[in-house]
Amino acid sequence: MVQKLDNLIETASQTAGPYVHIGLMPTYAGNAGAYEQEIGVSPIEEGAQGEVIEIVGSVFDGTGWALRDAMIESWQPDAAGKFPGQPDADPKVTGLCRFAADAESGEFTLRTVKPGPVPHRTGGMQAPHITLWIVARGINIGLNTRIYFEDEDNSADPLLARIEQKPRVDTLIAKKTGPGQYRFDIRLQGDGETVFLDL
Amino acid sequence: MSKTPDLGPLIPRNRAIHPVPYDPDYKTSVARSPNLPLLSMESTPSEEHGPTFGHNALGALDNNLILNWTRGAAPAVGERILMHGRVLDELGRPVPETLIEIWQANAGGRYRHKKDTYFAPLDPNFGGCGRTITDAEGRYQFLTIRPGAYPWPNRANDWRPMHIHVSVFGRSFGQRLITQMYFEGDPLIDHCPIAATIKDRAQLDRLVAPLDMAHSRPLDFLAYKFDIVLRGRRQTMFENKLEGM
Ligand SMILES: [Fe+2]
Repeated sequence: MVQKLDNLIETASQTAGPYVHIGLMPTYAGNAGAYEQEIGVSPIEEGAQGEVIEIVGSVFDGTGWALRDAMIESWQPDAAGKFPGQPDADPKVTGLCRFAADAESGEFTLRTVKPGPVPHRTGGMQAPHITLWIVARGINIGLNTRIYFEDEDNSADPLLARIEQKPRVDTLIAKKTGPGQYRFDIRLQGDGETVFLDL
Repeated sequence: MSKTPDLGPLIPRNRAIHPVPYDPDYKTSVARSPNLPLLSMESTPSEEHGPTFGHNALGALDNNLILNWTRGAAPAVGERILMHGRVLDELGRPVPETLIEIWQANAGGRYRHKKDTYFAPLDPNFGGCGRTITDAEGRYQFLTIRPGAYPWPNRANDWRPMHIHVSVFGRSFGQRLITQMYFEGDPLIDHCPIAATIKDRAQLDRLVAPLDMAHSRPLDFLAYKFDIVLRGRRQTMFENKLEGM
């Protein structure tokens, strides 16, 4: 016999289901007014420092169909790389956004400020990125990934460096389509499958 | 000099205690589950920080689903229940001041969602969502009605057991979790392909809330207890300090 560990086991995930929006994005679900203030409506407030950008994209399943029922959360620091709550963080950056695809086009739009680089525990810096968490019917545990930017120096980023198959790095990099405009598609399965993260 | 240990990285997730991403009995998962392995790495500040929510963002009735849709004007139809519990991390520490959001079907098994077309009627007095923030000991509670079971298009005759969807933030974005609470004694749990995506029976049992007579209120509501465990963070004297942290 040995001593007993008194650690607990993490609660198991379950799919968010097709109606996740009534809980987390009531206005999108047709229930405007359920809450006086919804969570994650925008990651920035008027007057946030830095470059305002828009990222447009879709979430595709293994057949190439753009999901209409996914919900995505994004989490990021401000333009200087400070997260809300850290000393000197931009008070106009709340960092969290919730968004879903338009029922017609299957496209989402994230409007935010471009984040700054963030330190890494090993001492280096991570290239600017936005953290994503994707849930939907048929996704049994939320999928984590990141948006990096084509027009930033991503060469020393420790996470991108860990991707063995270099063409897959591209799945995490938003392509510039115009001033302040980016395209970022997420492929859940198959050709061009997005690199999903376990960290 | 402070001897307080530095907060380290998140404890890596044990994926074996979670549902399998691909499960042919849950048909939608077939085309929505990645084929390739996840990229595993130690957590970084991006996952270790997370949004915080103040009590002033919440309305007074936000955790009362019996009354919140009508803003107190008329109660929802259904069996009145108190859903309560604690949010802890893997190391047994309470998770205080964290946001919990729930959503559910009404007593007839119908969601107030533009895409739910089940012919059980909507309850004009029930919206089906609520939220609250845990107290200093990680405790939370909701007053609601017991949701109805409902049929759904999957295999020819699949039904969801009674369940409440639960979303929790924790303190770090990497702790983010969505799950479902089931009810003790519901025979549909063992027929449900979504519950069955969890292959570890003890882990599924931990999603089943027991009837809690001690917290039930005579002549008013029954109580069900549902504790939630989130990932923890390593805490040792030996974690490297991050610059600017
Ligand atoms: Fe449901």
